[in-house]
Amino acid sequence: MAKVTFNEDICKGCGLCVDACPKHILMLDKNKINRKGHNPAVMTDQSKCIGCAFCATMCPDCVITVEK
Amino acid sequence: MAIVFQKPASLTDKELHYCPGCPHGIIHRLVAQAIDALGIEGKTIGVAPVGCAVMAYDYFTCDMVEAAHGRAPAVATGLKRSLPENVIFTYQGDGDLASIGMAETVHAATRNENITIIFVNNAIYGMTGGQMAPTSLPGQITQTSPYGRDLKTQGYPIRVCELLSALDAPYYIERVAVNNVKNVNQAKKAIEKAFRNQIEGKGFSLIEVVSACPTNWGMTPQKALQWVDERMIPYYPLGVYKDRSKEDAKEAN
Repeated sequence: MAKVTFNEDICKGCGLCVDACPKHILMLDKNKINRKGHNPAVMTDQSKCIGCAFCATMCPDCVITVEK
Repeated sequence: MAIVFQKPASLTDKELHYCPGCPHGIIHRLVAQAIDALGIEGKTIGVAPVGCAVMAYDYFTCDMVEAAHGRAPAVATGLKRSLPENVIFTYQGDGDLASIGMAETVHAATRNENITIIFVNNAIYGMTGGQMAPTSLPGQITQTSPYGRDLKTQGYPIRVCELLSALDAPYYIERVAVNNVKNVNQAKKAIEKAFRNQIEGKGFSLIEVVSACPTNWGMTPQKALQWVDERMIPYYPLGVYKDRSKEDAKEAN
């Protein structure tokens, strides 16, 4: 069981984490706008996360912390 | 639960000013991870360039010096010679290192100056708004080459790793990319090795990181990384271009 947390305030919504996720459980939340004015990345199904940290590896802004 | 991945301690909490999806953020993090891994945060001095990374001094917790455009290798030379116990790195873009700073780069390399250079190649001048750089690809459309780079009038792109590896002196030269997870992990290893070379007193290490500029290329971040794979890497092949540790090993035998 892995846990992924997003520092949503500094996410720029580039979506590189979404593409990197091998389980396809990340998306940009179109219903939310953070204080920078972007749609932040969110995880849709935490239970499917394998904690590979691919998302965090590709994130340019160190938004993501991964625990396993 | 143990932390698998978190922001490295050598990066400050300041938010990066880079555009969404700009790989500068990834490369900053790789440098900070190398500094953390080697435990040299207290004695590292970085030299910031002119270009998009001009404000890199705000992002690293180590001491930083801002160099005039292209002169980072010269400033790093001075720092290293006056403070030989410290670890000195420069962080430069292609407009900085391969254009106005080419002389400083080549001469620092041929003196085998004991410094580490992180060279970010995104084939365009980012900060000034997308003009053609010495590394822009043949036919690449930029603000100053709206019909594509014309090789007859504007010349061929400069391959910095190949150029410097023709010199006898430089110790370690490698080209990496940050367009996917595998390449980012390889880049992490290369950057750490470049710092380790300096700590061991080996000499000049330059890591060229093939990067992207989604904003000035006029692409989404995803498309830009795909373009790196399809266009940049074929022209700028990845790999180790010079590694004198093999010569060292031969001499030892």
